[in-house]
Amino acid sequence: MKVMIAGFVAALVIAALAPVVLDQFGWSSAERWSSETSVRLD
Amino acid sequence: MNLKIFSAVVFALTTLLFNPGWAQETPSVDRTSTGGAQTLEDIMARQKQLEVDESFRSENLGDPANAAPITGPLGTQGGTSVADDYRAIRYNKIDPSTQVRGPAVDVLIQDEGMDWLQLREGPVLTYGGSAILGIILLLALFYFIRGKIRIAGGPSGTKIERFKAIERFGHWLLAGSFIALALTGLITLMGRSFLIPVIGHEAFSPLAIGSKWVHNNIAWAFMLGLVLTFVMWVAHNIPSKLDWQWIRQGGGFIGKGHPSAKKFNAGQKIVFWTVMVLGFSVSLSGLSLLFPFEMPMFASTFELVNSILGTDFPTALAPHEEMQYANIWHSIVAFLMMVAIIAHIYIGTVGMEGAYEAMGNGQVDLEWARQHHDLWVEEVQAKQGKGESS
Repeated sequence: MKVMIAGFVAALVIAALAPVVLDQFGWSSAERWSSETSVRLD
Repeated sequence: MNLKIFSAVVFALTTLLFNPGWAQETPSVDRTSTGGAQTLEDIMARQKQLEVDESFRSENLGDPANAAPITGPLGTQGGTSVADDYRAIRYNKIDPSTQVRGPAVDVLIQDEGMDWLQLREGPVLTYGGSAILGIILLLALFYFIRGKIRIAGGPSGTKIERFKAIERFGHWLLAGSFIALALTGLITLMGRSFLIPVIGHEAFSPLAIGSKWVHNNIAWAFMLGLVLTFVMWVAHNIPSKLDWQWIRQGGGFIGKGHPSAKKFNAGQKIVFWTVMVLGFSVSLSGLSLLFPFEMPMFASTFELVNSILGTDFPTALAPHEEMQYANIWHSIVAFLMMVAIIAHIYIGTVGMEGAYEAMGNGQVDLEWARQHHDLWVEEVQAKQGKGESS
């Protein structure tokens, strides 16, 4: 039972850390396709 | 009298013959009233699923030589009208450039998106949902006919370690993330059809946003769990002659005998390879969806399939089409996995006495182990006799 809960908690921890880790590799859904040469209207 | 009947039959047949509903293609349409644009007949023909020759639109891209001056009434932009431009965009007759940065931004109109939407909202949702309900009903029926598979003679009271903590951790990491992915995936696919009518848009919105976040991020835990369990169990899941005997005896589900098995019997091996193959496939299509336009896979896959099977799958796919294929494939494979896992959950819980403990605390009853995995018990006891760990 403890191992089962540990597995579930680990899945949630990985899910929470995934966006942070992906950001470190330059993947961000908010900024991934913008660049200095992009034309921004906002 | 006979002549009248004959005339009536000829008239009826002639009427049917000229009815467009009987034709494979619509007859040529006079479009002078719309200046060459589509008519009501074109629209009605499409609604009847008839083939409509689109060349009157795809070839009608404007003629700069005969263009109206920009200063005149309904003047063009110096050669082609806005409608001409959009037809050219729709039928991919231009080479657009854009200042927007990113993949696939030069695709402005993509007709195949409608096919994807109809497939997703239609057969995928209907057959997928039916498959899940079907397996639940089938298992309920099996339970009422066969009942719980008991330990013959009752439990011995002696325990044997079936799975180590790391094995159970890998299993539950995979299982927990899969259940979360299945539920959030179903909410994403079916929420519009089944949840919004019940709970409304306001309640569904945060549920959908949360589902998307969970689905996108817990996918990494699923992939890690898949790798962990593969590494730990692949050696025990290589098919052998024993599996054939197990299958021939119905795995002990039918009748009262218990065919011999090592650590995993043929049924468990089928579940293992189903999860691995489908899990790998659903992960690949999931990655393709997670990184839009950056991991296109279907054009090259179709090319390979065509070269092997001589099929004619399309190999020139627009970036969005790649995503649409990935989405449909992701859903189909996920439904197949859900069906297999529901059956797995059944046999691991209510379907068989003593089975849950294997993954619950890792300790199973020795009598259960002897009845379902006799050769594995012998192996473990032989190793213990030599002072080795199982």
